[in-house]
Amino acid sequence: MPRAPELNDIVAKYPPGKPRALLHLLQDIQTAQGYLSREAIGAAAQHLGVTETRAFQIATFYKAFHLTPRGRQTLRICTGTSCHIRGAMVLADEVRKTLGAGPGATTADGAFSIELVNCVGACALAPVLLVDGEMLGNVHPGTVARRLKRAGEAP
Amino acid sequence: MKLTSVDMLAQRRETLVQRTAALAREVRVCAGTACVAAGAGKLSDAIQREAAAQGLVLAVDGDAADVEATVRLVNTGCQGLCQAGPLVRVLPQDAFYCGVRPKQAARLVSEALQNNAVIADWCAVSPQGQRYATRAEVPFYRHQQPIALEGCGAVAPESLDDYIAHGGFAALVRALEMSPEDIVQTVEDAGLRGRGGGGFSTGRKWRIAASASASERYVICNGDEGDPGAFMDCAIMEGDPFRIIEGMTIAARAIGAQQGFIYVRHEYPKAVARLDKAIVACREAGLLGAGILGAGFDFDVEIARGGGAFVCGESTALMRSIEGLVGEPRANYVRSVQEGLYGQPTVLNNVETFACVPAIIARGAAWFAATGTPGSPGTKAFCLVGKVAHTGLIEVPMGTTLRQVIFDIGGGVLDGRPFKAVQTGGPSGGCLGEAQLDLPVDFDALTAAGSMMGSGGMIVMDDRTCMVDVAHYYLSFLQSESCGRCVPCREGVAQFCHLLDTMRRGTAKPGDLDRAIRLAQDIAQASLCGLGKSAPNPFLSAVTHFRAEFEAHINDRTCSAGVCRDLTVFAIDAQNCTGCGLCAPACPADAIAGAPKQVHVIDAQKCTGCGACRTVCRDDAVRALPRNLPCN
Repeated sequence: MPRAPELNDIVAKYPPGKPRALLHLLQDIQTAQGYLSREAIGAAAQHLGVTETRAFQIATFYKAFHLTPRGRQTLRICTGTSCHIRGAMVLADEVRKTLGAGPGATTADGAFSIELVNCVGACALAPVLLVDGEMLGNVHPGTVARRLKRAGEAP
Repeated sequence: MKLTSVDMLAQRRETLVQRTAALAREVRVCAGTACVAAGAGKLSDAIQREAAAQGLVLAVDGDAADVEATVRLVNTGCQGLCQAGPLVRVLPQDAFYCGVRPKQAARLVSEALQNNAVIADWCAVSPQGQRYATRAEVPFYRHQQPIALEGCGAVAPESLDDYIAHGGFAALVRALEMSPEDIVQTVEDAGLRGRGGGGFSTGRKWRIAASASASERYVICNGDEGDPGAFMDCAIMEGDPFRIIEGMTIAARAIGAQQGFIYVRHEYPKAVARLDKAIVACREAGLLGAGILGAGFDFDVEIARGGGAFVCGESTALMRSIEGLVGEPRANYVRSVQEGLYGQPTVLNNVETFACVPAIIARGAAWFAATGTPGSPGTKAFCLVGKVAHTGLIEVPMGTTLRQVIFDIGGGVLDGRPFKAVQTGGPSGGCLGEAQLDLPVDFDALTAAGSMMGSGGMIVMDDRTCMVDVAHYYLSFLQSESCGRCVPCREGVAQFCHLLDTMRRGTAKPGDLDRAIRLAQDIAQASLCGLGKSAPNPFLSAVTHFRAEFEAHINDRTCSAGVCRDLTVFAIDAQNCTGCGLCAPACPADAIAGAPKQVHVIDAQKCTGCGACRTVCRDDAVRALPRNLPCN
């Protein structure tokens, strides 16, 4: 895995022994690598001078962090109130049926990681799915499969 | 160019205003989240291509320096009427066009930008067929009064020059002339109350922080907008980032802080990027950093990105998170305004509050207090969402009634269905029914009615929204967001959520409603922080106004709204069905059969109760029936 040098580069951007930067550093690592590996958490902890337990505590408390590798694309199902009352949970069930994996999981082929997200601020288009950055609005249960297929094919 | 004095800023503004005045027209394309999803980016590109093809020189965004240009194109922040994007506004005519497609760019450029014409057949039309020639006439905007959102949708969000040209940093100049005490007094006299939902007097908060003895003080902007169904702060951070910086700088001047933080929710990458750029631009211009405008006053701002934890919107948790710790609240025996970040006096206000500050300082306390109600002066931004005809971002004077907001601005309930409830205040707020529609938007009036102002989500619900489901929704949200520190919230909310789930599923026992109410009272009393204390509010308010619905779920196992899937099957009303064929492909269970132009039939055995058919039906032919009754 050609990841080690990249990890060092990210860590080196932060002054050593500054525990306050822990959350930021972990965020940067995740942005670059998609998730926090055990070695990444260890490296961050060592560099900032905190215990590995402490880094792990942060990595598990904040929902933004993932401890396992991610799918090639992230499918976010908005469950904000507006989406909820316009049927977001029905969509979540359809996604599970269509992809064989539900919220919190990654599909067996590694194509999608599925997440629930609280409001993406596109309530006018509710219910909303997000495939990476692309927003799919007004999605109906019957059209989930088709629209996911189309979004999945997009480069 | 570094602005080392107040005069240099004034000169810069003068130059910029003259340049802008030399432009004949300005076209504003909304680049808010919903408009971009509807294709605003492609539209903006198409306008630029088309302008080039027609030989029209455009100055794009902050790039007003191009003296050749006669027309300016601004990709603005959210313009409000998210339902109808992409939105385009052309000035000085103030023409307003909804749902403009890239292929319409040619006509927009040739008619509206090359000439002064208003494209009549694109203008919004009232249900009575009246055309609105200007934006100011459109009912959605007519009843609004923007203060916090004044620049959002008007300025080029990434251009410091454009912010200055629109009068930006004039309030800071004014603040530099005032004594810190005068600034605090002005904000207090204006009666500004925290827009994050608590409604605490901003001026008083500043006064406490200023009078606490300490070597260092901090200013924090809370941009961790976590309420589902609320995106006002996101819109301001993306659409008018310099305004927040100006507001924070004025606060820093008032309390004597040198360092500020903006805590931004991690789901808002665009807001982080915009604020980041704005901070860098301000530092380069000498509007942040050491010796701001040569006035011997130092202040700098740093961005802290949230980690996706709702609890971090709570003040003490947010401060711990900035310190790089786990975002758990602490007991608030000592107010964080006295001992906050790193144990120092800290002013924490939300985005919208800071966005109001420059206007108050520039125009005075009396001007601000003249709007709104005596107890809640000014205006409030809301995200009007849910089952409402005109979804969008609005700002109204305090004291406007819920009815005016929902019906005059929002155009009533979506698809003309009956109104059932409106939810304000997010997971800490409550549901209000039809009888409360004439309540004014006001901190104290909403709290007295069992809801709260909250940060500004306003979710409209129709007769096809189940109050048990909504209560369960908020509780399950809070269950997953509970930080786990105190038992009443961690365990209590989980049990509470389970009780509501049994009601949704038809397995609740008689007496469960009273059990839930008792549990709600315990959680409200015993929880450590405000999130736990307010967790039962959505449920308690729903029970107050819609008790019969809860009882029907428990005793009769019916969901009159047709939402709870375990209690509902759908059937087609042969009288209304026109055989249009929309429902069959929408059904994920393949439960609908029928030939074109013939009445369709739902197989009750296959029906999963999802309601997709009812959503797509245009003829009101799909009925929700109780699952335990046979359907014909």
